Amino acid sequence: MADTLVEVKHLKEYFNIATGAFTTKPLKAVDDVSFSIRRGETLGLVGESGCGKTTVGRTLLHLYKPTAGEIFFDGKKIESKKDIQEYRKKSAMVFQDPYSSLNPRMTVADIIAEPLDVHKMYANKKEREERVLELMSKVGLNSEHANRYAHEFSGGQRQRIGIARAMAMNPQFVVCDEPVSALDVSIQAQVINMFDELQDQMGLTYLFIAHDLLVVRHISDRIAVMYLGKMVELADAKEIYDHPLHPYTKCLMSAVPLPDPKAARENKRIVLSGDIPSPLNAPSGCPFRTRCPYASEECAASMPEFKEVQSGHYVACHRLNEIG
Amino acid sequence: MALLEVNDLHTSFFTPVGEVKAVNGVSFNLDRGKVLGIVGESGSGKSVTAYSIMQILEKTGKIVSGSIKVDGQELVGISEKEMKNVRGNKISIIFQDPMTSLNPTYTIGHQLMEAILLHTNRNKQQAWDRAVEMLRLVNVNEPEKRMKQYPFEFSGGMRQRVMIAMALACEPDILIADEPTTALDVTIQAQILELMQSLQKELGMAIIMITHDLGVVAQMCDEVIVMYAGSICEQGTADEIFYNPKHEYTKGLMRSIPTIGNDGEKLHPISGTPIDLLNMPAGCPFAPRCDNAMKICLRQRAERLQINDFHQAACWMNVKEEMEKEGEPNG
Repeated sequence: MADTLVEVKHLKEYFNIATGAFTTKPLKAVDDVSFSIRRGETLGLVGESGCGKTTVGRTLLHLYKPTAGEIFFDGKKIESKKDIQEYRKKSAMVFQDPYSSLNPRMTVADIIAEPLDVHKMYANKKEREERVLELMSKVGLNSEHANRYAHEFSGGQRQRIGIARAMAMNPQFVVCDEPVSALDVSIQAQVINMFDELQDQMGLTYLFIAHDLLVVRHISDRIAVMYLGKMVELADAKEIYDHPLHPYTKCLMSAVPLPDPKAARENKRIVLSGDIPSPLNAPSGCPFRTRCPYASEECAASMPEFKEVQSGHYVACHRLNEIG
Repeated sequence: MALLEVNDLHTSFFTPVGEVKAVNGVSFNLDRGKVLGIVGESGSGKSVTAYSIMQILEKTGKIVSGSIKVDGQELVGISEKEMKNVRGNKISIIFQDPMTSLNPTYTIGHQLMEAILLHTNRNKQQAWDRAVEMLRLVNVNEPEKRMKQYPFEFSGGMRQRVMIAMALACEPDILIADEPTTALDVTIQAQILELMQSLQKELGMAIIMITHDLGVVAQMCDEVIVMYAGSICEQGTADEIFYNPKHEYTKGLMRSIPTIGNDGEKLHPISGTPIDLLNMPAGCPFAPRCDNAMKICLRQRAERLQINDFHQAACWMNVKEEMEKEGEPNG
């Protein structure tokens, strides 16, 4: 399909966790996840800590080797080392923590130029410098700051440096892993707008991972919800907020504290009991069944299929018809 | 008389590079049984205000001047011994990070009982009973079994429940919650906020809720204080602050958050970067980032102006509007 840029089929990522001196147990961080991202769109990925959203992002870029499953980029399956290298030239990542993702011993110019250095993308020093300055102005950094170090900048400016680095190779696909959650509210909006502008200018496709549902709703075209390594729902951003189908999504949406006192007073929160189970001891069948008010025997027996119930609206739930 | 009266509080940190005025003339009152929200960004002085009230500042920090009265009793200048009596009994605090505020080497029961034994006359058996009762109050399942467990056996939400149990064990009049749900997931946050609301109704204590999340404020608070660079910009009932903001910073803050209503529109960020507390401007601290800054804003701070019975703001824009209104022939 021409309009699909990234496609993932049955992606699995297991980590082996030591349980004793000689025994290990697989931690199923991502368990059989399939989805596709259209060219030029922003797919939001939400879920609580430990649900595997960051792992999806990293595995998608082959930062982790997938345990099983296939990743397609631009219609081409990514398999060999050469594929991966080519793929990495066209993809990039922006990290959550602007404090630990920048090397404190490198100047801003060197940080931004690092991808260019790795892939040898310039003919001479002058070309490199020009490219760095171009990138800096693109993300709203002052060119005089090129020879400073990361610690001299505020959180928002550091995140701009990280974004400039991600844009250095003119990527087509960018994974943004919680890029604004470490920032103050007023700075957050600056960075969100910049992601929007860069997308318009460069025709970027984003996978936007975040736990702040209002931010995700604002920036995303479609949103996927994960719970304990599984994808439970995927739909258009507005649709998933207005008509969530999966009981977990329903609860998640109602739990968002709205910045509006009247709406907050009227909002009927669905408060879930209990905590997320450990992914090492995930429940059988549907992972959400231990906290789900609608769970039945069927839910414990088998994992519901992730299927399209309305046009473009995917959900994995046995009891969909009963919940209504 | 208000339960808590803070008057012209100044707290500074004396660092090798100079004096950092973290709290710069903060005054507010808190009535019995009310929930007061303090919002602001990092470095706005909201946590330092709370730590000043509790007098748990770091060594370099010092209350320079001002007064803090609880039930009429002045706290500034009293001895550490007297202050120990106030902490726990009158005011308690819970912190942002439930992962690091519990001691990993002691059982939950030991840590809960420690607080109770320190602040009340109960013996060990009574303290144990009280601790179990508190755990039950914050909806921890099987409290007797949980008492013997260590913090690592608790999830983040459960640890925050333990912290709340500990803070409320001696029935304080005021609970200060410093970003109590920031480290928690949305569904767990909903649980904790619900718990705090029901406990507040049941026990009738006053809560100071310190947060940067305007959603949490909208949900929890009767009154709101907005802080910027160590000063209060605006104070009023939650409805006034959200629907009728009268300080340029608050207005900017409200415009910069994504809401359900502004789908597809661009956000309006506040330009510039947060203030450097070592080099505070002479005038309004927000003036360098303010789109509507006037000449006077750069030179002089605005006094707090009473907007109506439930609302005060310190912004020259209000003075300007006032003058324009008076200037109109029929106004």
